[in-house]
Amino acid sequence: MARANNARALIMSGYGINSEMETQEALMRAGMASDIVHINDLIAGEKTLSDYRLMVFPGGFSYGDDTGAGNAYANRVRNNLWSDVKDFLAGDNLVLGICNGFQILANLGLIPAFDRDYPRDIALMPNIKGVLECRFVTLKPAAENLWTKGIAHLYCPVSHGEGNFSCSEETLKRIEREGMVAFRYCRDDLSPAGGEYPYNPNGSLADIAGITSADGKVLGLMPHPERALEFVNLYDWPTRKERLRREGRPLPTESMNMQFFRNIVAYFGE
Amino acid sequence: MASYVHRIEVQYSRDPRLPTRTERFRSLGFPLRELHLVDVYTIATSRRDFSPEELSQIGAQLSNPVVQQYSVDRPTEADFDHAIEVGFLPGVTDNAGTTAKQTIEDYFGFRFGEGEAVFSSQLYLASGDLTPESLQKLTAALANPLVNRVHVKSREEYGERGMVPIAPFVHLHELQAAGTVDLDLPDAELARLGKEGIIDPETEERRGPLALDLAQLHAIRDYFRGLGRKPTDVEIESLAQTWSEHCKHTIFASAMDDDVPRGLYKTCIQAATNTIRKEKGDNDICVSVFTDNSGAIVFDDEHLVTCKVETHNSPSALDPFGGALTGIVGVNRDTIGFGLGAKPCINVYGYCVGDPGTDPALFRGKNRENPILPPRRIFEGVISGVGVGGNCSGIPTPQGWCYFHDRYVGKPLVFAGTVGVMPRARDGKNLHEKQALPGDLVVMVGGRVGKDGIHGATFSSEALDPASPVTAVQIGDPITQKKFSDVIVKEARDLDLYRSITDNGAGGLSCSVAEMAKESGGCHVLLDRVPLKYPGMAPWEIWISESQERMTLAVPEEKIEAFMDLMKRREVEATVIGTFTDTGRCVVEYGGENVMDVDLDFLHDGLPKKHLRTEPVETAYPEPDIKCPDRLDDLLLAMLKRKNICSKEFISTQYDHTVQGGHVLGPVQGSGRVQAPATLTKVVPGSMKGVGLSQGLFPSYSELDPYRMAVAAIDTAIRGLVATGVPLDTIALLDNFCWCSSDEPERLWQLKRAAFGCRDGAVAFGTPYISGKDSMFNDFSGFDADSNPVKVSVPPTLLISSIGVHPDVATAVSMDAKFDGDLVYVVGETGEELGGSEYLAHLGIPGGTVPALDIETAKVRYGRMADASEKKLVASAFPVTHGGLLVALAKVAIAGGVGMDIAIPGGMRPDCYLFSESLGRFVVTVAPADREAFEEIFGRDAHLLGRVGGTAFRVSGGRTLIEQQVTAMEAAYKAPFGGY
Repeated sequence: MARANNARALIMSGYGINSEMETQEALMRAGMASDIVHINDLIAGEKTLSDYRLMVFPGGFSYGDDTGAGNAYANRVRNNLWSDVKDFLAGDNLVLGICNGFQILANLGLIPAFDRDYPRDIALMPNIKGVLECRFVTLKPAAENLWTKGIAHLYCPVSHGEGNFSCSEETLKRIEREGMVAFRYCRDDLSPAGGEYPYNPNGSLADIAGITSADGKVLGLMPHPERALEFVNLYDWPTRKERLRREGRPLPTESMNMQFFRNIVAYFGE
Repeated sequence: MASYVHRIEVQYSRDPRLPTRTERFRSLGFPLRELHLVDVYTIATSRRDFSPEELSQIGAQLSNPVVQQYSVDRPTEADFDHAIEVGFLPGVTDNAGTTAKQTIEDYFGFRFGEGEAVFSSQLYLASGDLTPESLQKLTAALANPLVNRVHVKSREEYGERGMVPIAPFVHLHELQAAGTVDLDLPDAELARLGKEGIIDPETEERRGPLALDLAQLHAIRDYFRGLGRKPTDVEIESLAQTWSEHCKHTIFASAMDDDVPRGLYKTCIQAATNTIRKEKGDNDICVSVFTDNSGAIVFDDEHLVTCKVETHNSPSALDPFGGALTGIVGVNRDTIGFGLGAKPCINVYGYCVGDPGTDPALFRGKNRENPILPPRRIFEGVISGVGVGGNCSGIPTPQGWCYFHDRYVGKPLVFAGTVGVMPRARDGKNLHEKQALPGDLVVMVGGRVGKDGIHGATFSSEALDPASPVTAVQIGDPITQKKFSDVIVKEARDLDLYRSITDNGAGGLSCSVAEMAKESGGCHVLLDRVPLKYPGMAPWEIWISESQERMTLAVPEEKIEAFMDLMKRREVEATVIGTFTDTGRCVVEYGGENVMDVDLDFLHDGLPKKHLRTEPVETAYPEPDIKCPDRLDDLLLAMLKRKNICSKEFISTQYDHTVQGGHVLGPVQGSGRVQAPATLTKVVPGSMKGVGLSQGLFPSYSELDPYRMAVAAIDTAIRGLVATGVPLDTIALLDNFCWCSSDEPERLWQLKRAAFGCRDGAVAFGTPYISGKDSMFNDFSGFDADSNPVKVSVPPTLLISSIGVHPDVATAVSMDAKFDGDLVYVVGETGEELGGSEYLAHLGIPGGTVPALDIETAKVRYGRMADASEKKLVASAFPVTHGGLLVALAKVAIAGGVGMDIAIPGGMRPDCYLFSESLGRFVVTVAPADREAFEEIFGRDAHLLGRVGGTAFRVSGGRTLIEQQVTAMEAAYKAPFGGY
């Protein structure tokens, strides 16, 4: 199953990040070993970013979303680890941010990072409904890149209060022109959500659920593929199960979302 | 006092929430055009000032330049009519302020000192034609006078200068020493001391109720006479905490009448569990029952799961958000504090509130003073509190319920529960066992101590001094808790850095340290070492404060360095505050003097025993005299709209129920998204086993037949799990009694009957209790609009929660009908049992026969359900509960998004048959190909009612009774809370 390689992932934790364990589980199932590292251990030098090839900012509620989701944690990274992070980005490495992780990446300016410059160009604003929204959504790849390879669609939960993708018209144009939109929210039949709730669960501009950096090595994604790795995690699995059973077909064990993590691991296996 | 105060205001350039927020308040009746929101940070320092440039940098750190603007010491410019600023009162937990402070500290590399802080507040800018009265109402809707300070300005007053910066520091001028208390008083004076509290020598005011009765005060007086000295205030307050109903459960522990000499707890709850465990022998599922902060059962060979359900009622009546938040993060600590620390993995909730569509005029004071919060405010506040607690802590909240009744208007009930998971052993040591040893250090971890929650349950209407800290209610800080939860459960436990741990909840340090002192045989605490939120607290306050987010641990001396180092690296405050001893005494030192020195035996067991008497309640309600309508269409739609039956999905979707990646059967199911009575969650990634959770409660049965009420709650909690495929022999129960007026013999009789029902039901099903909690005085005493005294007592309420282990979640069964052509069965027997039903409540009729259950027959049926599930013969299963068979069929159809053709048998009036709440029944759908195998298992216990198919839901019984489109039923089911 897993291809052996030496690339290791660093999964950030601390201050209210909470999805580090399921993120580790996802990478492990896809064949990549990882360490969950408290940000303070990186700052104190007990762990070193350059020992890793993949840096993950997992989901969570760092600092309780106070002062804007992901903002305070991003400040902590920028104020203490910025040169290490820039060095990491210069190497042949990947960075993934899921949900709170995406919010952190956006606040750090690691996305979109046009021209290898890191101002804040995008924002994940509060959902239009003003409350956290937890439900399954369907995602369709919007670009062919290392992250989306071989994925027809993802079906996984969103769970956030601030996932409403926003940026200037100019930035949006550039993001779309350069093929940086990685995933968009869509309907069950994979047609565009067109901004309609609940397919687009938060009001995101252009149904954007995830984008990459200009160099393609950083991905921010609001929904949580790591929370639905197995067939039985999918919202509609009981119906699927019953249909398969009556057709005399076996039940799958894993979900379509595993492909996302396989793609990441494959990048380092090549 | 801070010398430099600056104010930063942050506003969205285009606020995405503006339409929803405005619409929400318009729907509440406020004539608003727009309601804007500005985040405000007030930075107060004394040692250094910030330059304009630095303040600008701070503004940039606290905002997002892509979508927000900030201003420094300059009011936000906007078009509006009124400005309403809502901040916190002194001493109230301010999480956003704390985060802002940490950000500033991190950015500049310096630390805020004493008397320096950042305070957050929210500035609402309202435009619209608000009359002074509606402005006042809007202010009341935005703020709670118990925790918030409010400042209102018109556009004119706001002018060019905006709002006034305010830094709500706490200032105390109290006696910081222990005093002695004279108990050699006449009985009347003594009783008053117990009721109203010790007289503070400084202020000469009573400090607030001790809730000690005369017998208890006599016992305390005699004890100290024996010691030859007067007790200190620390000792009296400490004994009052330890002996409180909350901690000692005296009503459940006391002898009752002649037939319950050992008390209801031992006779009914504990005895049931003991009997069941003995009968099960090697198949006993219990690991730890009643003794620890949670109860625990076996999950698999390597893991156990814990469960605990708490209530947080009084605080939630005063501050629904803060009360509920404190409730859920508090019960999370009952998980972290189980054994050597279990990882919280599922939260559950339950709310009993008044009808949110009503606004009763009830007051805590005469002359319309101090009104209760409207039910909707309470409802939305508690929903939000539990949501924030679970969401911020990364704990999924899939399971819960709401129950509405007018008798909950004065005192809502807020149930909050947590499931934990942990390895059964590590390095040959059982992790559910713990023991502090003499010489171990007493370490307090987490938040600091303030005056929060001191005599909190006894809120009085006295006006609050503007600089006095808020004591009655607490607001939780989930991130502080998340930090120590992670370091304890994910690091320190597995490094074996401590020997024992418990939660600081009710009674604060006085209860947690004294409880752990039982393990070693004594303790010696140095109260001066306890870190405080603000200076000036008296020793008795430090000892009993219920400030949140704290745990107490016993750390061996040789591990203390490693322990403290780890805590420091995780930015968790940890303080050594004493030593566990084997002296048999609880000794507390402050300022070099012993302020408490009491025998542990007396502290824990000196409580005088009581003997309670009950008085039977005669209930003679006639059977209802009603006619069955010819058609039941309107009734069906009306029943689906009943608040106890309709969808409350807006709660499920704002609660994160997928974090930790274990979602299997969630809070809503099927394409029609109907709320499910049971959920299944995987808690160990590599295992296909899952934790099933469900609940049962029937407050409407209590006054009619409390015994049957209890059995109904047990059966419903169990049956919800059985429907998903959880086998009966893996199921354990938890009991939460929320009673009223428990000093009245009639209420005690109802309690006794309910407790007997609990015993008999659990023993017959073979489902042990593993944990429980009671809250005995859920009464509101106040005044109506004309100042007439009013007492509103909750209906006697028993929540039974169930936890069970599904052996293979890939065979689990959801509630939604699946495919056209599937057969629809009701499994189990329907009787004419309408007493306390939702149907009679809809018609406004009291009385009738409360459902009874033949448990032996039910057990056989539940075994067959497990068998049928395992053989994959069940396409969907749903337990028939509130609203009866018709509501169950409708929910299964709506969830599946498919119609049904149902023909009901003759012999009973259609409305009785369809709305009776007879227990033990399931609605099951089955693939046509499985008919024979299914019927072979159930025999005559399964009644074929019809088929799934089409878009219409038809019911006939000799004639057409109902014909409705499923879409219309779905609309009715989702209508009542559609605007929430």
